[in-house]
Amino acid sequence: MVDQLPQTVSILRVKKETPLIRTYVMDRSFVFSPGQFVMVWIPGTDEIPMALSSEKTITVQKAGDATNTLFSFGPGDKLGVRGPFGNGFTKGEKVLAIAGGVGAAPLLPLAREDCVMTLLLGARTEAELLFVDQLDECTDVLIATDDGSLGVEGYVTALMDELNLGAYDRISVCGPEMMMRAVLTRVEEKGIAHKTEFSLHRYMKCGVGICGSCCIDPSGLRVCRDGPVFPGDLLLKSEFGHYMRDASGRKKDI
Amino acid sequence: MVSIRPGPVTVGGVALDNHLLLAAGILGTTASSLSRVLLSGAGGVVTKSIGPHPKDGHAGPCLVVLEKGILNAMGLPNPSKEFVDEITSLAKKPVIVSIFGSNPDEFALVGSWFAGKVAGIELNLSCPHAEGYGSAIGTDPALVEACTRAVSKSGIATWVKLTPNVTDITAIGKAAERGGARAIVAINTIKAMRISTGMKCPVLGNRYGGLSGSAVFPIAVRCVYELYETCKIPIIGCGGVATADNVVEMMMAGASAVEIGSAVYHDVKVFETIQADLYRKDGLTPEEIIGCAHG
Ligand SMILES: Cc1cc2nc3c(=O)[nH]c(=O)nc-3n(C[C@H](O)[C@H](O)[C@H](O)COP(=O)(O)O)c2cc1C
Ligand code: FES
Repeated sequence: MVDQLPQTVSILRVKKETPLIRTYVMDRSFVFSPGQFVMVWIPGTDEIPMALSSEKTITVQKAGDATNTLFSFGPGDKLGVRGPFGNGFTKGEKVLAIAGGVGAAPLLPLAREDCVMTLLLGARTEAELLFVDQLDECTDVLIATDDGSLGVEGYVTALMDELNLGAYDRISVCGPEMMMRAVLTRVEEKGIAHKTEFSLHRYMKCGVGICGSCCIDPSGLRVCRDGPVFPGDLLLKSEFGHYMRDASGRKKDI
Repeated sequence: MVSIRPGPVTVGGVALDNHLLLAAGILGTTASSLSRVLLSGAGGVVTKSIGPHPKDGHAGPCLVVLEKGILNAMGLPNPSKEFVDEITSLAKKPVIVSIFGSNPDEFALVGSWFAGKVAGIELNLSCPHAEGYGSAIGTDPALVEACTRAVSKSGIATWVKLTPNVTDITAIGKAAERGGARAIVAINTIKAMRISTGMKCPVLGNRYGGLSGSAVFPIAVRCVYELYETCKIPIIGCGGVATADNVVEMMMAGASAVEIGSAVYHDVKVFETIQADLYRKDGLTPEEIIGCAHG
């Protein structure tokens, strides 16, 4: 093993994906599995976990101080990168992927591996749908928007009812936690929670499984190391969909 | 390899399931993660250090993994008083709450939240990278004595964790002993830094941090050895312990038990692994091993 200091990368290009989401193309590639993440050091601000949307890109939603600073960065600016970390999605033969908002970022590389038969893509409104064209190129995409501006009006769970879920051997989900919890409730009703997996988002400090800031109740599993992707049946009786912890470790409602 | 005969372990007023404890600040923020470590074979667990007010900790990067160690500057993130509720589910388990404050009154206050609810309290007088806390206090014998007394006078088993970032660690150990400590824990991390050559600046958000892991094991052994020569209360060895043989070495230096932190990075079941290697029915008794390297 060698020292795992952050690797310095330069931003080559920035692509505006939606009003609040940008993709940063880096000048180096990372060997990774879809669903794995990197710790991105934005100098002078903070270090935050970010899923890889391809071997050399991260796709970022503006959400707090760190991402605000990152949004002011352009070509030539430098970032530090540790990782990739975590487990990633299990590859299946016939995968149904379900993405909400920026949750499409880790699912795009999974779709590009040609194992995703169908992908359900949701967002609040048409302009906020992420990676529609890229996903269309590699899989069958069904769309739902909260306001009905494109696709079915409502949540992605509505799209699930139109599918024969038995036809898939895996269901891989990433999106806002309330949306994921709604998906989990739906698959539990159908008795197929064991075939599903969900990519969790929790506050992280170390990213490598020792500080304990990302542990989930009641299993004590570490989202950064044992996850971020967890089987649905393991999440059924858990904090998932109910609460998470802030930087100090205090619980906050989702 | 030298092995130890299994049997009941009591150190510094706390009954433990074996000689291996989880060190403070590693998987210690939630009852669930502490419980997971207990189930995986730890003889006791020390929690994340809890202070008088909630703290978010330093900006990242907070931690980097090095070839032979870990460099961190978490900045004492903690939920403060909410932690009392967090660990009620662990009542009766060998749980030691680590606490910090910036003066004796704060130590007494935070300690009082946990009195009667946990097996013991460990004073973090030794964090090398949080302004005004920890090591700032832990280098001053008079303050160490006063902070220790502020907690120990309540009667709770009080352990004091020392910083190695001093010229003479025995002077601090003796101060803790005078203040009523039931055990000394040595050592916390060693003040350290790495610089990103690509970024031309220190890697840690806090610039300075503390080094732990295998790289510090020889320093920890030396500190335990020195403390054993000068203090009467039991010593709990901490710093770079990763194997059963490391545990035996620490005990030969004078440790009655050990705490393990960074080794969890390589193996989250490290307690189970070490236990399997360390204990044998025909092994030596702990009394035969502890301090046996002192001639
Ligand atoms: C991520 C991390 C967080 C830590 N947090 C604390 C803490 O809150 N309180 C404390 O007394 N020591 C803390 N420490 C120090 C450890 O408890 C221990 O003294 C040190 O890491 C040396 O032991 P090790 O080499 O087995 O890790 C921390 C260490 C690490 C690596
Ligand atoms: S972020 Fe530190 S354990 Fe997961």
